Amino acid sequence: MEKGEIKKVLLLGSGALKIGEAGEFDYSGSQALKALKEESIETVLINPNIATVQTSDEFADKIYFLPVTPYFVEKVIAKERPQGILLSFGGQTALNCGVKLYESGVLEKYGVQVLGTPVQAIMDTEDRELFVKKLDQIGVKTIKSEAVESIDDAVAAAAELGYPVIVRAAYALGGLGSGFCDDEEQLRSLVEKALSFSPQVLVEKSLKGWKEIEYEVVRDRYDNCITVCNMENFDPLGIHTGESIVVAPSQTLSNADYHLLRELAIKIIRHIGIVGECNVQYAYDPRSMDYRVIEVNARLSRSSALASKATGYPLAFVAAKLGLGYGLFELKNSVTKVTSAFFEPALDYIVCKIPRWDLGKFHGVKREIGSSMKSVGEVMAIGRTFEEVIQKGLRMIGQGMHGFIENKRTKVADLEKALKEPTDKRIFVIESAFREGYTVDQIHELTKIDKWFLYKLQNIVNTALELEKCNELGELPADLLRQAKREGFSDFQIARAVLKERMGDAEKANLDVRHLRQGLGIVPCVKQIDTLAAEYPAQTNYLYLTYNGNENDVAYLHDHRSIIVLGSGAYRIGSSVEFDWCSVNALMTVKKEGWRSVMINYNPETVSTDYDMCDRLYFDELTFERVMDIIELEQPHGVILSTGGQIPNNLATRLDAEKVNILGTSATSIDNAEDRHKFSSMLDSLGIDQPRWRELTSLADIKEFVEEVGYPVLVRPSYVLSGAAMNVCSNEEELERFLKLAANVSKQHPVVVSSFIQHAKEIEWDAVAQNGEIKLYAISEHIEFAGVHSGDATIQFPPQKLYVETIRRIKKISSQIAKALNISGPFNIQYLAKNNDIKVIECNLRASRSFPFVSKVLKINFIDLATKVMLGIPVDKPGKNAFDLDYVGIKASQFSFSRLQGADPVLGVDMSSTGEVGCLGENTSEALLKAMLSVGQQIPKKSVLLSTGGAKQKVDMLDAAHKLHDKGYTLYATGGTHKFLTDNGIPAILVYWPSESDKQPQALDMLHKKQIDMVVNIPKNLSSTELSNGYKIRRAAVDLNIPLLTNARLASAFIDAFCDLTLDQIEIKAWGEY
Amino acid sequence: MQETKKAVLTLEDGTTFEGFSFGSGKPCAGEVVFSTAMTGYPESLTDPSYSGQILVTTYPMLGNYGVPPRSEDNVADTYFESDKIHCEAIICQDYSWDYSHWQASRSLSEWLRDENVVGVYGIDTRALTKRLREKGSMLGKIVVEGCGDIDFHDPNQENLVARVSCKEVMEYGKGDKTVVLVDCGVKYNIIRCLVRRGVKVVRVPWNYDFSQLVYDGLFISNGPGNPDFAEETVENLRRAIMQDKPICGICMGNQLLSKAAGARVYKLKYGHRSQNQPVMKIGTTQCYVTSQNHGFAVDTATLGSDWEPLFINMNDNTNEGIRHKTKPFFSAQFHPEACGGPTDTEFIFDDFINLL
Repeated sequence: MEKGEIKKVLLLGSGALKIGEAGEFDYSGSQALKALKEESIETVLINPNIATVQTSDEFADKIYFLPVTPYFVEKVIAKERPQGILLSFGGQTALNCGVKLYESGVLEKYGVQVLGTPVQAIMDTEDRELFVKKLDQIGVKTIKSEAVESIDDAVAAAAELGYPVIVRAAYALGGLGSGFCDDEEQLRSLVEKALSFSPQVLVEKSLKGWKEIEYEVVRDRYDNCITVCNMENFDPLGIHTGESIVVAPSQTLSNADYHLLRELAIKIIRHIGIVGECNVQYAYDPRSMDYRVIEVNARLSRSSALASKATGYPLAFVAAKLGLGYGLFELKNSVTKVTSAFFEPALDYIVCKIPRWDLGKFHGVKREIGSSMKSVGEVMAIGRTFEEVIQKGLRMIGQGMHGFIENKRTKVADLEKALKEPTDKRIFVIESAFREGYTVDQIHELTKIDKWFLYKLQNIVNTALELEKCNELGELPADLLRQAKREGFSDFQIARAVLKERMGDAEKANLDVRHLRQGLGIVPCVKQIDTLAAEYPAQTNYLYLTYNGNENDVAYLHDHRSIIVLGSGAYRIGSSVEFDWCSVNALMTVKKEGWRSVMINYNPETVSTDYDMCDRLYFDELTFERVMDIIELEQPHGVILSTGGQIPNNLATRLDAEKVNILGTSATSIDNAEDRHKFSSMLDSLGIDQPRWRELTSLADIKEFVEEVGYPVLVRPSYVLSGAAMNVCSNEEELERFLKLAANVSKQHPVVVSSFIQHAKEIEWDAVAQNGEIKLYAISEHIEFAGVHSGDATIQFPPQKLYVETIRRIKKISSQIAKALNISGPFNIQYLAKNNDIKVIECNLRASRSFPFVSKVLKINFIDLATKVMLGIPVDKPGKNAFDLDYVGIKASQFSFSRLQGADPVLGVDMSSTGEVGCLGENTSEALLKAMLSVGQQIPKKSVLLSTGGAKQKVDMLDAAHKLHDKGYTLYATGGTHKFLTDNGIPAILVYWPSESDKQPQALDMLHKKQIDMVVNIPKNLSSTELSNGYKIRRAAVDLNIPLLTNARLASAFIDAFCDLTLDQIEIKAWGEY
Repeated sequence: MQETKKAVLTLEDGTTFEGFSFGSGKPCAGEVVFSTAMTGYPESLTDPSYSGQILVTTYPMLGNYGVPPRSEDNVADTYFESDKIHCEAIICQDYSWDYSHWQASRSLSEWLRDENVVGVYGIDTRALTKRLREKGSMLGKIVVEGCGDIDFHDPNQENLVARVSCKEVMEYGKGDKTVVLVDCGVKYNIIRCLVRRGVKVVRVPWNYDFSQLVYDGLFISNGPGNPDFAEETVENLRRAIMQDKPICGICMGNQLLSKAAGARVYKLKYGHRSQNQPVMKIGTTQCYVTSQNHGFAVDTATLGSDWEPLFINMNDNTNEGIRHKTKPFFSAQFHPEACGGPTDTEFIFDDFINLL
């Protein structure tokens, strides 16, 4: 088909955010949809991720919130009959699904043309054996590897290659099931796991210590090729590129190195026949010009999203156009708008990507980083020296670090080991090593990190030592201060270096440094990202701040007609794409209402950091210091803090103190809601109930309080030694163990203990108020009982099983709170309901995680309305409410436990999901079934293993067990559950716990032999019992890729759904058809 | 921290930029030009086409991978494009005192000092580049603290080609065919690219009358400055194009061949100095990313009627090469020999060799 002939295109999204496949595909899908829209092509999108920007009506013509699986995609194709399909914008999920549709002949049957890279080329890159053969044809070196399909073959292959070896699963995303093995024992256990994900496993010689370099390559149908960007990993080979600190462009390659690899990349892309974009990863010998190609991703990837943001070259947009048949020379550079899209960006800055891990959220997870990805998000820092970007980046990560240095010292028991065996804290271990007197050579020897990076880190340490020689801010020489700022030191770091333990009021010290340096004229300047390093004039609005420069690239009007929206920062557990949707919608409304929209954010996986989404994009930090720098330059009308999650919200009080116009709810009100004591006393004065809580400083006090309220209690330490930040304790023993092992109770580190109400419903209230009056609201109901974090819970909206009285009381209480806090803008309250007893758990005066979900289910944009309120525009209450809906929305959570080796896949009070989906249906069952299938659950074929926890849960699960039996499923059950089932007349086969190792059959064996299709394992209590039987079963289910449910209420609902409905009874309806 | 001296760059319009010296302490003057290349400083510094110029790098960091050692035979050495540094000075934002590369034997700073060339860091090279872009290339001078002053000097007023060209005939490689290479300031990689293809290369000075030599093809190299100074070369070319032996030119070679073909050459506002210039072969859909370093360009409209443009710049539509409509003569404004930069257009050498 020639370009212009295609009128309707189907795009596959990537589904819920998971480790290895996150927000970058919202960005790439959105860009592709923009490119298609520009061509007036009708777009159909399948993506169950309701919180994304791409699943908005501004982006796609028809949206299906359905699983991206061959079954559902075929149904949509049959219904919509698109002429073309785009497979490379939805990550590995979309690519795998597309390959299956191609292989099964579905695409041919419906005459759907794959646009861009042909499927054969995709298969050539995905199947390792084909891939190696393909590159052998053109004499390009790959990593020597053996494809095996059994454990014994793997052992034989490794013996031949020599240890250490690396094991990789074919057709797996982000290195799932991959790892290094030093000996046969390690190999056997890893290969077994890998084979459960993929029929084929690769055993390769390890090239630990080589550099890892990537190129992003683009090719059009005329065989024109460009490499848009190259990137160098700070961490040497052996650490997954998603786990590495990465810089662009490469820093330690000579011209000969750079162009050797560039030329190879082009040779490869031509030979494979990519049309669009692909990524080539190399291992590169640090002592010669020897190389190996690690892999080629024939699709948009995390790296390509990073490359787009790093260069300003819209890779996904261009790739979509190339898929439609354009040549690169027919497209314009979207930054300069006059020069050609056929060019290679020249950078006049350096970017640094740093992964964000949340390993502390999980029980039992291994902290070592390696060839399999564990990080949940990333940041990108832009600057003009490496020192500047690494320090900026480490602040952006948002885990309490102030940069590379001047942090609370990372305690390391064995420095040498910690340098050799990297964990998520590796970079701070390097700082400790420098402080302990290690040389660059020594650190290089242990880490294999290129010395250039280490020299640069040493520069930061040396500057810190200079700063530390001063004892008063007034003693600081201007040159030293300037040098420190050029090396990325924040005002806070400088204050701490100088004042040391005398720092006292950190915020004041911070401001003192700020005023000192401003008095000396040491201020950052604003630079543009223009793709051509200033060679051509560019009207680009893509900006960053740096101290390595003297002149601003943009002029400021100071007409107070701009509005700054603060973004949400790095994706992390608890804050991800939903806040990007909120931020983007706030920007759109700001613009629509005639203001200039300004975004500050630093997350390369987002749509809000696309420079065409706003009038000005500052790709920079969301620290108080940097936000104030931008506010002083921009002099906006006001700032919106309430659409980017907790990071901007936390700035409210400090910005208010600097007389910044915070739009919407006042900073005082925000503080009154955030401060536990103030909020609590406000509720008391309003006569609103809340679970009893107290802030306590000794174990004796805690015990006394628990005697009053009774177990279980929720314990939240303010200082956490290890493990999760909160825990539910059901008895004294658990309480003492938790407080001794995990937390430190003292006057300085009080602990908040609250009464934990069991078997209560949890209810979400999302709303928009204006001047204290509620204008729009949504009440959603958790499927699980309270105790599962609201971010992990399965939520339905409109609520289906709440008493009318409960709803009425919630509305009333919410109105009282809105009025008391004089809310203007978005807010969220979480409630507990038991019978009709309503208690407030939490109140956030900002948009919540569920805003996109309720907005899209109700089809009223909460953020649009909230933004209008914040702009001071009077708004009316929309005429429609949840009672008018004749369908149900279910939001389900995506977990990534399979990536988190060792983590206990159990849900608790701390959030552990990495993403979510939202699906619509005629009733709860239909919506739930779609949602559960979207997050990777499967309808079991014939056998289910049940171990259903305590007495209460066993009863909860009884109906579901009956249904399974009636449907003809074979039930296996562990001791207690088996007795309970047979006592209740449900036949089940007894299996044994791992601790009953002398008896047969063993539950674990059955899992390993794939005799179980689904595991329902309900923990008896909510505390962590890491080494328990339950843990072993749960972990085995996850490692062997067997669907697992750990909550009785959710398991019952899911079993109900698939017993009541068959797949073909699921309606294929677009969002617009509801 | 390194103890360094202050260094001030003054442009002819009076603007000053203050930084720190990391090279020689002597004062220097020349034409200030910018390059957007992100890698390849040993190649650029030894490129004779930068003769007389003060090179500003837009990429903010310099010196990261040090400088490789010199071998006895410079032509065989792929990291250098001649036997010395040709530009007057190099200016960057951030200089990396420490370097890391298995091939490096000294730092960039040491090399500059060894060759008595000025280096300055700590200058906002983006701001400087924008000024050069808006006002056009300007004269400039650099004065290092306590090392004396200097006057502005316009290198385009002198015959830079004569300054950098070889003084006698030299031979390289072996083969059945002989190529005469007119050295207007040749980059060694041109010699390497020819020799690698199995021909004998006879390198002659820029104004050498090669008509008495026995040869199979003629190659005109790149070179610095204003092509009007190379009138003697153009004269020789006018005679050569009366015959039918294959001719190929690169950069200055393109300009001189165009002049021989009757075209006018004009000075660009700020030239093309980068490794990412998009070029299209006229009449095809084939595009190439090219390395470039030139301040003058051919006015295509003034080409003789036997000639036609061969390549065009996709950003500003300037001429990137010409060819004769019937005879085996062609040339490229960009650098197919790269070094530094992309190697997409090395086929130019194949095309030329195939004509012999």
